[in-house]
Amino acid sequence: MDRKRTVVATAALIAGALALTACSTNRTEAGGASSGSSCDTSKGTLVVGFVAPLSGGLSALGLGMKNSADLAVNEANQQCKVPGYKLALQAEDDQSTAQIAGQAATKLASDPNVVGVIGTLNSSTAQSVAPILAQKKIVEISPANTNPSLTQGDNAASPARPNATYFRVATTDAVQGPFAAQYLVGTAGKKKIAVIDDGKTYGAGLAAAFAAEAQKRGATIVASEKVGEKDTDFSGVISKIRPLSPDAVYYGGEYPVAGPLSKQLADAGLNIPLMGGDGIVDDTYASLGGREGDLATSVGAPAEQLPSAKAFIDAYNAAGYKEPFSTYGALTYDATNVLIAGVGKGVGTGTFGDGSRDAVLQAVQSTSMDGATGKISFDQFGDTTSKVLTIYQVKGGKFAPVESGEFKAS
Amino acid sequence: MLSTFLSQIANGLVLGSLIALIALGYTMVYGIITLINFAHGEIFMVGAYGGLASMTYLLPTVITQRWYFALPIVLVVGALVSILVAVAMERFAYRPLRNAPRLAPLITALGVSVALQEAVRVFYPGATAAIPFPDLFIQGTLIIPIGDGVPIRYTGILLIVLSLVLAFGLERFVERTRMGRAMRATSQDRDVARLMGINPDRVIVLTFAIGGALAGIAGVLYGSYLNNINIDMGFQNGIFAFTAAVLGGIGNIRGAVIGGLVIGLVKALGGQYLPGGTAYDYVWIFVVLIIVLVFRPQGFFGETERVRA
Repeated sequence: MDRKRTVVATAALIAGALALTACSTNRTEAGGASSGSSCDTSKGTLVVGFVAPLSGGLSALGLGMKNSADLAVNEANQQCKVPGYKLALQAEDDQSTAQIAGQAATKLASDPNVVGVIGTLNSSTAQSVAPILAQKKIVEISPANTNPSLTQGDNAASPARPNATYFRVATTDAVQGPFAAQYLVGTAGKKKIAVIDDGKTYGAGLAAAFAAEAQKRGATIVASEKVGEKDTDFSGVISKIRPLSPDAVYYGGEYPVAGPLSKQLADAGLNIPLMGGDGIVDDTYASLGGREGDLATSVGAPAEQLPSAKAFIDAYNAAGYKEPFSTYGALTYDATNVLIAGVGKGVGTGTFGDGSRDAVLQAVQSTSMDGATGKISFDQFGDTTSKVLTIYQVKGGKFAPVESGEFKAS
Repeated sequence: MLSTFLSQIANGLVLGSLIALIALGYTMVYGIITLINFAHGEIFMVGAYGGLASMTYLLPTVITQRWYFALPIVLVVGALVSILVAVAMERFAYRPLRNAPRLAPLITALGVSVALQEAVRVFYPGATAAIPFPDLFIQGTLIIPIGDGVPIRYTGILLIVLSLVLAFGLERFVERTRMGRAMRATSQDRDVARLMGINPDRVIVLTFAIGGALAGIAGVLYGSYLNNINIDMGFQNGIFAFTAAVLGGIGNIRGAVIGGLVIGLVKALGGQYLPGGTAYDYVWIFVVLIIVLVFRPQGFFGETERVRA
């Protein structure tokens, strides 16, 4: 092999290596505004960790979560919720990448002052974060993870909780997928459905749960296709499903793909609605190509319609955050408050140390509080006991709630 | 079934001609200074953002609402932004390393690539996530009435035609003009070319500028076709374009175009007919690359290596 070709080969290898590590930069933002409160903070500062995508395609959701967590921490500081301590939010960007999320978790776990972690957004990142935090007995509460295996293990028939420190306030896809099928097949009357997913933990799991229930309710799944989460041109998939003349598309994944996918469906002459899960519910969905009439489900009831969330929304707007609180804002606010209440109860008037972690865990597990999204408590797996979901539809360029309810098995 | 086959051919041609436009820049720069310019994908990305900026911030709605005014202006602005970045990149990142070992500029190229991505992410408003891009050509889809109909966007047709015209023009330029002859001479032997009165620095800058212009045009067309752009678009398409250039024979203009079209068609048809479906369509591209390189290491049109004195 001559020299020229060696260089080309080396270049190709480096390109591959770059593809794997190109986005491994970590950005840390020291969160938590200095509140002018008069609480006793003589014992020092405790850190509330936070992991979510703060840059990249899903940052609209992640930044809304970060601001909401920040709001909860600031309020706790003003109301002296943890006696003797000041709380600080430390937000880490996971860029929706499991490997980077793992690095962020390791960083947080090595800090003895981290009392717990709020996050992540993606189920795939939670899979790498939860075990790392569990080793140090650090409580993690996710406002947004919906993949069932995170709390129930990989075997749905005999559920076993993988990480005792992992909790979530979001309803799982085991309920969300079937809830979507109940609406799309039952209420909207679609019978020939093409299912597409992005192959990630969340998208593939949600699409499978949807497809199983849709078939049970008499619909035909005419195609099951996969797209890449970074793909932008879906003409191949669309040409493939077009001759099968589906009357709806169900997409398991997130809005950066779902928006353009919806537009390209219409461009190819397939004027059929696209439906997705909570991952596509974002205000940028329509501007990225999502069409009027597209459907989605999301966990919980819409914050705007809940009387209990009014205080949260007012406080959020008053705080003047740059980004809207988005889909998971209210849930993140609640998750952060659950953690802070758990810390307050677990530490009491004592000092926080590694010995307090069991007490904090117990306090979170036995949570029973009224949050912005409703009543919050956890079952033995760490899942929220609330099974409320909402159907959304794009109207006037935004997802508007259609109906809220619980899934009923047929 | 025929209409599905033809639809996939159309999809493949659109993607393929886009990749071909980017691959031309890779192959020309390699031909002249044997540098694999990994930052070339970012030149493509910067062109798309430049074109979008002119649409969003500069042009009055009188122009943006009429595609026959907007399209040429945005294409030119996209190309100019890309040329500017490409020439600056050559001047400040590569020229100081002209006589350094070959791996040094290669690593620099990777650094420039990351720097450009981050610069756009930080300084372009809203670039942390995908941004919508307007359709700059006749809106809508042409349904060719064969079988169930073969849909193709008008923008897609524009992309195919414009790419082929530009590639043809470039080949003519390199083969027929004085400056083209200077480029070929520099590529064959820079020192002898200098003795013949050619200024190699000027030729190299021109090469980067032409590659940049094509990438900028490709960036604007990409945005107009897919209607949204993000800062990762250069990386992914750049890898494909690099693969296309290698497949066609790096350093060869015709090879880059054929390589691009082959990649587009393999991706579209592989996703339709080969096992694994669309989830594995990228795999087939690289399977083809490996097979071709095993039997023809210099690519389709590449010349066999000459030993340099």
